[in-house]
Amino acid sequence: MSLHPVGEIEYVTAWIAGQLFGIPIKRVHDVFEVERITRVPLAPVEISGVLNLRGRVVTALDMRTRLGLPPRESEKKRMAIGIDQDGEAYGLLVDSMGEVLKLSASAIDGVPINMQREWAAISSGIYRLEERLMIVLDVDQILNFGKDTLAA
Amino acid sequence: MRGPMEDLLKEFLSETNESLDVVDNELVRFEQEPNNAEILGRIFRLVHTIKGTCGFIGLPRLEALAHAAETVMGKFRDGAPVTADAVSLVLVTIDRLKSILAELEATSAEPTGSDGDLIVQLEQMALDDGAPQPAKDQITIGTLSPQVLERPLRPGEVSLDDLERAFRETPGPQDRKSQKRGDDRRIGERRETNVNNANQTLRVSVDTVERLMTMVSELVLTRNQLLEIVRRHSESEFKVPLQRLSNVTAELQEGVMKTRMQPIGNAWAKLPRIVRDLAQELGKDIELEMHGAETELDRQVLDIIRDPLTHMVRNSADHGLETAEERRKAGKPAKGTIRLSAYQESGQIVIEIADDGRGLNLAKIRRRAIDIGLIGEDDHPADTQLYKLIFAPGFSTAEKITSVSGRGVGMDVVKSNIDQIGGTIDLKSVQGRGSTFSIRIPLTLAIVPALIVDSAGERFAVPQVAVIELVHRGSHANLVEEINGALVLRLRDKLLPLLSLSQLLKLPKQPDSGGDSFVVVMQVGQSLFGIVVDDVLHTEEIVVKPVSSSLRGIKILGGNTILGDGSVIMILDPNGIAQSIGAAREEGTLESFVEKEAAPAEDALKTMSLLVFRSGSDSCKAVPLSLVTRLEEIDVKQVEYSSGRPMVQYRGGLMPLIPADENAALAAQGKQPLLVFTEGSRSVGLIVDQIVDIVEDRLEIKVGSDRPGIIGSAVIRGQTAEIIDVAHFLPLGFADWFQGKPAQGAEKPKLLLVDDSAFFRDMLAPVLQAAGYDVTALASARDALLRVERGAQFDFVVTDIEMPELDGFAFAEALRARSAQVPVIGLSSVINSASVSKSRQAGMRGYVAKFDRRGLLHALKDAASELSEAA
Repeated sequence: MSLHPVGEIEYVTAWIAGQLFGIPIKRVHDVFEVERITRVPLAPVEISGVLNLRGRVVTALDMRTRLGLPPRESEKKRMAIGIDQDGEAYGLLVDSMGEVLKLSASAIDGVPINMQREWAAISSGIYRLEERLMIVLDVDQILNFGKDTLAA
Repeated sequence: MRGPMEDLLKEFLSETNESLDVVDNELVRFEQEPNNAEILGRIFRLVHTIKGTCGFIGLPRLEALAHAAETVMGKFRDGAPVTADAVSLVLVTIDRLKSILAELEATSAEPTGSDGDLIVQLEQMALDDGAPQPAKDQITIGTLSPQVLERPLRPGEVSLDDLERAFRETPGPQDRKSQKRGDDRRIGERRETNVNNANQTLRVSVDTVERLMTMVSELVLTRNQLLEIVRRHSESEFKVPLQRLSNVTAELQEGVMKTRMQPIGNAWAKLPRIVRDLAQELGKDIELEMHGAETELDRQVLDIIRDPLTHMVRNSADHGLETAEERRKAGKPAKGTIRLSAYQESGQIVIEIADDGRGLNLAKIRRRAIDIGLIGEDDHPADTQLYKLIFAPGFSTAEKITSVSGRGVGMDVVKSNIDQIGGTIDLKSVQGRGSTFSIRIPLTLAIVPALIVDSAGERFAVPQVAVIELVHRGSHANLVEEINGALVLRLRDKLLPLLSLSQLLKLPKQPDSGGDSFVVVMQVGQSLFGIVVDDVLHTEEIVVKPVSSSLRGIKILGGNTILGDGSVIMILDPNGIAQSIGAAREEGTLESFVEKEAAPAEDALKTMSLLVFRSGSDSCKAVPLSLVTRLEEIDVKQVEYSSGRPMVQYRGGLMPLIPADENAALAAQGKQPLLVFTEGSRSVGLIVDQIVDIVEDRLEIKVGSDRPGIIGSAVIRGQTAEIIDVAHFLPLGFADWFQGKPAQGAEKPKLLLVDDSAFFRDMLAPVLQAAGYDVTALASARDALLRVERGAQFDFVVTDIEMPELDGFAFAEALRARSAQVPVIGLSSVINSASVSKSRQAGMRGYVAKFDRRGLLHALKDAASELSEAA
């Protein structure tokens, strides 16, 4: 399927509160600018609402809330990474998009044991880039929240 | 890759499965009507076709079985007695055929195995002229060749040629075998009919239809979006083509919906067989009637209700119907009846499952409800509330667990299945007479009309099926009041519990809109409630899209949709809201809710709501508000004339307009206010000049007037108003209003009306007279008793409850003590569980709210039909 040499993974990267995160490109459906979000009453706090993306209803997930960070203050337009999970469309709200990086699969480091629990739970590893660290996000774990809170 | 053989096999499977279902049902019918040659011919043909096709595509096991079954059918045709055992044996054979087919479908090969056991029994039965014969000792498994075709014909057996001939004589398009035989000309003819049939129907996979539906839904959305854009530009060249696109889209939507429709009979197909087997197992005699099997509904809906329906029919057979002996003892026909009916009503499908069995045992339900903690020892909910409890999880009152319905799945599962598709379930039951379950479900789930409302600045969609009416909260006539924090609305003579949508959804508080809000009155099952919203924006056909799984736990929201302007809004789930009210209610006792739901304001006996209007003159006229169905305002331009009488198009029919006063006339232009009175399917509009007010007060009503159409007068806020007699005006619209209602026979039934209030006597007597009763109206129960003691005969008694000296309950008891078998119907302004149970203790046949004219006529009709049944 992939034309790249074995051992290289492409990541879509994004900035959240000054930290760079990456998601394997094969998990990303699309990237879009968020225009109008409809709040969903009684929804779990992580969900900012629902929005219309070309006739499809997308559930928007605020990554800041998911990471236990305070909401962003600036009114600038937000970007979202579109994810398809079991036929359902989710949008992960981030502060801004980064570039697509091609990284070696073997260069990934494990999550440091002293990382905050909320962060560790949704991370699958860390890349040591030249200027900074990039946290690889585990999409399945990101979306694995509402079920617990609602069931409780 | 799929070869032609696989296509053939696939088609064979679906066709044969269908045929077997038909054979199942036809056999059950045949057992009841053994002399019906037509049914037998059909079964014969179907079984024969199956056999022929199996031979054709090389399925020896199926062919041998089908042949053996066919031989038995041949005996029936030759006049052998049709016994239950013989039919059972053939049915078992059909089951075996089905299970072989199922395996064939799964593995694409006929499973190995022997059907010698069945074939021996079938052959034995054919040999013995169909007489039942235990075949156990004759089974020698494995020694018999299934190649039945090759053995010599036995004495008395029908030859294959005979069968072929019989078969050819009844033309059937599905016949393949005959194409192999017979002369060329015939084959040609048959091919032609085959071609014709192929042109009329074709099989399409469900996936294809589903994909079409999804695309049409998207198209509807896009159309809505375009319409919204064009709406913003007053002059646009897109308008005309867009209108056409819109129409075509609507037609396409309807067309695709139609392809998803299936007759409900498909969900019933297995029931006759199930009921037959149950009847045998339980030793009961049961007849299953099916009405409206052709009623169509969405296949998605059909799939969901199939199991609940089967479960309920099983329940009726198992718990509802008594054994033949019990029925005979109770003076009922030994054969119990389960009646299934389906029909369409205002965008919904109504399915009823009725039995004439013993009815629900209220005492047992109560006991059980107390045992599992649904109600307290001291709670006495009304019967309808008690019935509802059988839908509670874990509720099953069966004394012994039978193999039939005691399987742990109860009515709660049935209810949740029906809830899931936005349906409702209700039940009525009469002790010793049977129970009726009515299920209301939407025609389709994909696209629904909805009301778009605004609450705290956010928009929500409310499915219209659940909405009964909209009430503007601003006007003083619709007063919202608070009982210890709980909002209620006085709506006509009812007290409606209200919920604020913004509170329900925990929306941020908005600055008060100054009381200018709306109440959306909703009904879910039997509970009626209102939700308060800030604004009602418009209605729109919405495409329901499921919410993502992370939002699925929110019971109040039933999905989301994209509006014409492109925004996503949430759809409210009426069932979820009703449940959330229930949850709030559980904090109090059930009893308190029952009281709250039904209790009108205290002193209601003397207060009443009157609608005050002007017509023909400056003086005010008034009519009890509860008699008015609706207030309307029409444009005078809409008025049409039919043989000189004014009419107006109203809700799909023509409604005659009658002046409320001889001097009143239609307005010359502009708006014309109307009071609409509806009875059944007919409405009459009363022309008035102006609606002045709605007053709710203690009123002194003076009765008596010489003028037709006027009952009396009352002083309202210092002015005298004439009270009009609705019963006078209604027949002016339809000459036959109230006719067809009187009981059969030339003799009018005699009815005694007892009420200490002259107003009510004069209000009701004309209504009852018009309905065909010979009415004697008396002011006191003592007088009435005196008359009865002196030998006066009445067919019905209608009595007020709240009366001085002797009240209605005591009166009814006194009547009973004098062994008068006359049905008594109580009228009261206070209806609650206590008074209803008291009325039953007093031996009353019915208990109806005052002003509920329709309810009263209904109760009388019920009582009359019970009388005639008993006679």
